Amino acid sequence: TGSSCESWDVKLLQVSTFAVDRGNFKTCDQSAFCKRQRALKPGQSPYRALLETLELSDSRLTLQLINDNNKVHLLLELYRLQGNMTRVKINELKPLRPRFEVPDVLIAEPPTEPLSVLSKDDNGVVLSLGAKNQRLIVSARPFRLDIMQGPEVLLSLNSRGLLAFEHLRLHKDTDKEEDGLWEETFKSHTDTKPNGPTSISLDFSLPGVEHVYGIPEHADDLKLKTTDGGDPYRLYNLDVFQYELYNPMALYGSIPVMLAHNTQRTMGIFWLNAAETWVDISSNTMLDFVQGSSEKPQTDVRWISESGIIDVFIMLGPKPSDVFSQYASLTGTQSFPPLASLGYHQCRWNYNDQEDVKSVDQGFDQHDIPYDFIWLDIEHADGKRYFTWDPHKFPQPKEMLQGLMDKRRKMVAIVDPHIRVDSGYKIHNEITSKDFYVKNKDGRNYEGWCWPGNSGYPDFTKPEMRAWWSSMFAYDQYEGSMENLFTWNDMNEPSVFNGPEVTMHKDALHGKWEHRDIHNIYGLYVQMATAEGQTQRSGGVERPFVLTRAFFAGSQRYGAVWTGDNAAEWDHLKISIPMCLSLGLVGVSFCGADVGGFFKNPSTELLVRWYQTGAYQPFFRAHAHLDTTRREPWLFGPENTALIREVIRQRYALLPYWYQLLYQAHKTGMPVMRPLWVDYPKDTATFTIDDEFLIGSDLLVHPVTEEGSRGVTAYLPGAGEVWYDVHTFQKHNGAQNLYIPVTLSSIPVFQRGGSIIPRKDRVRRSSACMENDPYTLYVALSPKKFAEGELYIDDGHSLNYDTKKEFIHRSLTFANNALTSSNLCPDCNFLTSSWIEKVLILGASKPSKVLLKMDGKETPVDFEFDTSMSVLTLRKPGMNAGADWTLLLQ
Amino acid sequence: MTCLHLLLTLVFAVSLGTPVEIQRPRGVPLTKKPFYEENKPFTCLDGSRTIPFDRVNDDYCDCKDGSDEPGTAACPNGSFHCTNAGYRPMFIPSSRINDGICDCCDTTDEYNSGAKCENTCKELGLKERDVLQKMAEITKEGFLLKQQLIEEAKKGREEKQGKVTDMQENKKQLEEKVEALRTVKETAEQPEKEAKERHLKAWEEQKAAIRLEKDKAKMAEAFLELDDNADGFVSVSELQSHAELDPDADGTLTETEVQGLMGGAAQVDTSTFESVWTNIKDKYHSEVSREEADMSSAQKARDDFEDSEKALREMDDQIRNIEKELSFDFGPDAEFTYLYSQCYELTTSEYIYRLCPFNRVSQKPKYGGSETNLGTWGSWSGPENNKYLVMKYEHGTGCWQGPNRSTTVKLTCGKETVVTSTSEPSRCEYLMEFTTPAVCQEPANMDLLPHGHEEL
Repeated sequence: TGSSCESWDVKLLQVSTFAVDRGNFKTCDQSAFCKRQRALKPGQSPYRALLETLELSDSRLTLQLINDNNKVHLLLELYRLQGNMTRVKINELKPLRPRFEVPDVLIAEPPTEPLSVLSKDDNGVVLSLGAKNQRLIVSARPFRLDIMQGPEVLLSLNSRGLLAFEHLRLHKDTDKEEDGLWEETFKSHTDTKPNGPTSISLDFSLPGVEHVYGIPEHADDLKLKTTDGGDPYRLYNLDVFQYELYNPMALYGSIPVMLAHNTQRTMGIFWLNAAETWVDISSNTMLDFVQGSSEKPQTDVRWISESGIIDVFIMLGPKPSDVFSQYASLTGTQSFPPLASLGYHQCRWNYNDQEDVKSVDQGFDQHDIPYDFIWLDIEHADGKRYFTWDPHKFPQPKEMLQGLMDKRRKMVAIVDPHIRVDSGYKIHNEITSKDFYVKNKDGRNYEGWCWPGNSGYPDFTKPEMRAWWSSMFAYDQYEGSMENLFTWNDMNEPSVFNGPEVTMHKDALHGKWEHRDIHNIYGLYVQMATAEGQTQRSGGVERPFVLTRAFFAGSQRYGAVWTGDNAAEWDHLKISIPMCLSLGLVGVSFCGADVGGFFKNPSTELLVRWYQTGAYQPFFRAHAHLDTTRREPWLFGPENTALIREVIRQRYALLPYWYQLLYQAHKTGMPVMRPLWVDYPKDTATFTIDDEFLIGSDLLVHPVTEEGSRGVTAYLPGAGEVWYDVHTFQKHNGAQNLYIPVTLSSIPVFQRGGSIIPRKDRVRRSSACMENDPYTLYVALSPKKFAEGELYIDDGHSLNYDTKKEFIHRSLTFANNALTSSNLCPDCNFLTSSWIEKVLILGASKPSKVLLKMDGKETPVDFEFDTSMSVLTLRKPGMNAGADWTLLLQ
Repeated sequence: MTCLHLLLTLVFAVSLGTPVEIQRPRGVPLTKKPFYEENKPFTCLDGSRTIPFDRVNDDYCDCKDGSDEPGTAACPNGSFHCTNAGYRPMFIPSSRINDGICDCCDTTDEYNSGAKCENTCKELGLKERDVLQKMAEITKEGFLLKQQLIEEAKKGREEKQGKVTDMQENKKQLEEKVEALRTVKETAEQPEKEAKERHLKAWEEQKAAIRLEKDKAKMAEAFLELDDNADGFVSVSELQSHAELDPDADGTLTETEVQGLMGGAAQVDTSTFESVWTNIKDKYHSEVSREEADMSSAQKARDDFEDSEKALREMDDQIRNIEKELSFDFGPDAEFTYLYSQCYELTTSEYIYRLCPFNRVSQKPKYGGSETNLGTWGSWSGPENNKYLVMKYEHGTGCWQGPNRSTTVKLTCGKETVVTSTSEPSRCEYLMEFTTPAVCQEPANMDLLPHGHEEL
């Protein structure tokens, strides 16, 4: 759902101009700690390392730091982590009270590698970071860390002296009120700060780096901008009503991970802190013009958080894929979604009743458009009491779900984390009796306004609470639910209409921790508990599917994310690309934007273009606000219905490829939807591109996102490589800007020469209906007449691929005029009835004969050759998709 | 995987009970059988290419138009024909063959998917015939009713037209009368007018004097009325009985308030009553109703004239209303006339919906609350071939951040005139289903109803 609004009164007062009310959200200047921290300028750091306190165990180095201004001691911990990572932790040596350390984000305590001291003197210590000639230099006065490889500095910490650690203290009358140390007020909301100032800050310098990415979620370009003269990028999960584009304002989710890239190396900085965080970026490249080009470019980054400790993971790459696997080793990978969830999702706030659901479902069949999921927003529940159904509109939910199941389709119903305070509501009563609600600063249950009116917020940071929440998804608890009902968690920032910045008061309490400490991870916990509930209801057999709006580092393990309440505007279509690319870079591959735009009514052209773009993004769901006119795909005339049908069919044909990429993301952490530079890291022309993208390594998509466009210019990367237009099979050379004339039906998509993509070209009503259908292999030859790809098959919905190794994973290779399928998982067991119906070899020459070698036999295969496009089509070779075989071109 | 039956033997029971076997490739309708000749090369129906016959239904798409795979899901644009003996034959997209979902009631689309389909054609056929029968009955009766409606409308129209003609005639007479009375009035007013003009000032003075005199008389009368005990004084309690004099209009006339009106005195005599009268005369209700002073002859002439003028205006209004009614598009045979100035209601769980055809649609919460206008009569907006199947009501109450409310009313044939359902498919765009005999078509001959064997 949703929209939200600061309060209903405000919503009603709002004029119809479309824009965020910026006054509802803080600038750095309005956030006391950010203002204090940002007032510190680069210079000599007051911190000094006390080398005599150095202790080195096998894998952990500790060292005390002292702030010479106030004599407060800090404890520095350094770890060398397996997989070329360094962890730096800084906490107070003896804090007045424990400071919050974020749990449940790391999948395990990261395995360490031995550290050794190479040299030590009064000025500092040099540590070996294992192989690759990497060293970590600890300088004592002032304190500073440098990570070196050979003579090259990769990254420095506190080199600009911006390490600042506000230690816990007792309230003194001498503290100035205007600094907001012990209380601050924003609009009508006062934040009582019983713990006083607790913020932390640290700077990182990246010599040789001009391009930094990541730290979603912001509605901004892929390449992060410098923040000099403006606000820093803000990470604070907020429900922003009608967000504006191209600015550093916080949005629904936060992933405090930044990637730094140049032609030599990709690195990552993971700042594990769940409090409100601001990130400043500056660069010296602007000065180059003045100082001459002799100076090495450098990007400086500074992180500021309101509470907690400094806990930083430095991922040293060096390849982009290394950074992805390094980050994945810390926080886990994208959950492997049910195949159906990669199909098309039809959503609206709201499908009004069972009859409406039925007629929309029938509409898809009447217009022969496939879809897998139909969604119900907040109006489906009885008085916004989640886990219930409106007795008038949805009196027979099981009947409705069975109707969908008969068509092999599924449903998602929303379950938000705000719970209606109502003594007649089971969920509320149980949470109350178990004392699971978040408390306000006085220890009473925290209450705020949201969709149902007065609402309580379950304390999802409590494991017992999450376990109970999960149990509510059991079929006997969630009345009317069935195995084809899945869940959507919205408003989990959490959204509190009458709270400060439309969220929870920072002095609310989660057990002994303040909301201030945990804010950015609340949404992750909601999705975690929901996904766990779905797994549990099936006895641990079925994969869950849960969509979330709020997220944090690690959220990728629990399902899909969408970019929230966008609008039916061309710029919002455009921004969906960098927004999902940024998420993909930091682990969240299963990303999408509301197709059509949530607020307002799209023009027909915009809607069609949005379908064409969304069909090539991982999570493909159309959604619309309650106040918009209906926009099911067939409501815009037969020509447009045909255009939308066509692109949804293209999506379904490519499901085997999408599925295989999600499997790869799940196994390795490689993003599914990628910026070009990930695969072409040395090609500087790719570094700022965010109007086109790769799906995996093999498909390049340049969606048309301009109104009235007659052509787009796509950059095809890769000198010496070729790309094939997937619609015409026309071959184009890499490393060129290609102008492509377009009509309303055009979706510029190219397959990389050298790749093999399996498709299911028989598109049916839903993905489940395509389960046993045959594959067509699209073999796109490189200039060296080589190609390779993979084929992944399993049952599409259960966890048996993991628990019982029930899957097929094959490598497909074309070399020396032979296409071979070989087994990548010999000890796997899964039987498929799918077979290979067709093989298209793009960029081929005409053979005299084609033979299928299988089971020691050779049989001839019919083929056709299209001379104009050099496409060889092998007719019905017919082998089982799980078999070993070779096709020989003679 | 690729083993598919090239040919299928289809066995049907026709109504005569004689089994007939017809061989043709799976999914081919009888009408296209001649194009699929066994053992002869097959030419795609679009003529694009010719292939050996063993490539028909071999689960590989050779023809761009999908015609070589009528019985498999191989072609993206193919269509599969199911005979559905007992029900009606149909084409389904070939993508629905063996997709695990039963589409054809004769189960022929799921021959290799493992889906457990039951042949439901017979039931469906019966049900359909039943429905068609009922529909036919409704249509038949509805059509008869429609004829009556047309007849009534015709009569009504003639009547109204006659009435208008009569009224036009009466109007003429009335107009003449008005003119005559105007002359009378002007004649009667003449002396008055002349006097007025000549002695305007004197006239004004005279009028003021008359007013004063009248007021005095009224005052004296009021004094007598108020002096209940006839003691020559009006007391506080006597005045207090006149609640209409309450100065703060709070419903009670307190003693203090009365004292205020009486200038603090406990009682007043005729001479001092004058000041009290000034305070109360605007509100004072006399206890006896009285006729106004006799009217002057001029006044009578004026009144006569105004009465007749009013009668003329009313007649004009009536004529205009009837003409407006006559100007509505009540259908090709005026069969919708009867809906005019009627209203039909439907109560749902939350609201009472009200459709007043050719006027407006509204919605009112069931449990109190004000009425919302869902649109006023706009136009007939059915499909081109019959615009009288849909009514559109527009420009209702505006929606917050949205359009003005509007309602589409879909008309279907029924014996009764009823609103059968309402919904709001899009925010502020309402949909109403409405049955009326006025849209019932002339029933087709009942004997032509399908009996499920036209395939053979």
